Amino acid sequence: MMNKINDRSRNLGDYSVGADDAMIICRCEEITKGDIRQAVHAGMFTLTEIRRYLRTGMGLCQGQTCGRLIKGIVARELGVSPLDLEPAVSRAPMRPIEMKVLGNER
Amino acid sequence: MKNNADIIIIGSGVIGNAAAYYLAKKGCSVIVLEKSESIGNGGSSRNGGGVRQSGRDKRELPLAMYGIKNIWPTLSEELDMDVEYYQQGNLRLGKTEAHRNILSGLTKNAADGGLNVRMIDGEEARAICPYLSEEVTGASWCPTDGHANPMLTTLAYYRKARQLGVRFITGEGVQEIRKIRGKARQVVTQNAVYEGETIILAAGYESREIASQLGIDIPMTQALLEVLVTEALPPMFYQMLGTAAADFYGHQSTHGSFVFGGSSGFEGVNRDNGTPTTASITASCICRGIMKYFPMLEEAKIVRSWAGWMDVCADMVPVISPVEEVPGLIIAAAFSGHGFGIAPTVGLLLSEMATAKTTTLDLSAFRYDRFKAKI
Repeated sequence: MMNKINDRSRNLGDYSVGADDAMIICRCEEITKGDIRQAVHAGMFTLTEIRRYLRTGMGLCQGQTCGRLIKGIVARELGVSPLDLEPAVSRAPMRPIEMKVLGNER
Repeated sequence: MKNNADIIIIGSGVIGNAAAYYLAKKGCSVIVLEKSESIGNGGSSRNGGGVRQSGRDKRELPLAMYGIKNIWPTLSEELDMDVEYYQQGNLRLGKTEAHRNILSGLTKNAADGGLNVRMIDGEEARAICPYLSEEVTGASWCPTDGHANPMLTTLAYYRKARQLGVRFITGEGVQEIRKIRGKARQVVTQNAVYEGETIILAAGYESREIASQLGIDIPMTQALLEVLVTEALPPMFYQMLGTAAADFYGHQSTHGSFVFGGSSGFEGVNRDNGTPTTASITASCICRGIMKYFPMLEEAKIVRSWAGWMDVCADMVPVISPVEEVPGLIIAAAFSGHGFGIAPTVGLLLSEMATAKTTTLDLSAFRYDRFKAKI
């Protein structure tokens, strides 16, 4: 798939504090809506970058709860459709699994 | 927007971003072109985070030592973002006499290069890290080594460089570097032509194809590495870990999760669908390795695994070099899986190379034309 050209210097306008900025979006890692919006203004324009910058979706549920919400927030901040944002890659294992179980050969 | 700048950098990994930051600080205009849709999406976000001097090739040692002395301790402050740097030492662990012999050899090489590193016995290793199993009978110990968060370091350089006016463009894959009157000047993508006085090629393995169009070949291949991440655990220890047997390496992060890399032995023949993909057998293999050294981690839950490619040079050290045959071109690639720890130093040296005749450290061991046939 062709990647979309994305000039990271484009003007997003000034960051304005939102009334619901304190709302927790990623419950596993306790990341708020305001954290996510500010990350976009700091230059994190993709869901992968947001995840690496804030740890959204990196906790026990691996983003299965908050993934869609974060996509919506980032899309609105960038002024694009959520459909334009590639989801961050899903990673194995599907559920947290103990080392002694994952490491068991039999 | 203008497509001209003093410097065009190809690749937004930690090397390209660090170079962009130090160049912007010197007052240069910089454009960074990235093929991926995300910044630093290659090895820069996919490595173990080691900021090590021990275990390095002696040619790289001065770069590692310089960064650990002069850049890493204040990097979070400088970039105004916590890069999670810890300097609590590196333990390279051994269980058998053969392991201890490997470690003694590495230790002697590093000590000869002026590094404070020594062999310790199992008891002393457990005094440093009480969670180690009785199977550990020896280790090399370098107290000034450490680790940092590679994703945050890469993004911190990006964020700060962007604040200083560096223009980053993602999804902009480079097709060709074009010479004008014998000098590298234009960088051609599918969408545009960018022009710079100097071009820094720091695109990892992809650098090879771009450079080859100018008749320059860097002998490198790519190799897969895999890493697993645990749930957050209470703070236990912050040493960087490795083993003589190369069963695993890694550390505990600020977040509390452990990040452990390793291999299955089948990396060379893994399926390759064009993206770095984890194999079903590898994480299990890494777990078995870890539990022999840290039995108390057996109930730690694995939440995630990931894979990445290293750009591996024929002689296992990078190319960091101006290319006299193509004036205006600088290559910084083939970091061979240990680029992260030296990235701040390399970024600084690249900024000097691009703007002056001399660099703070001698880089002649990293020249692009050092590769000779065996006879």
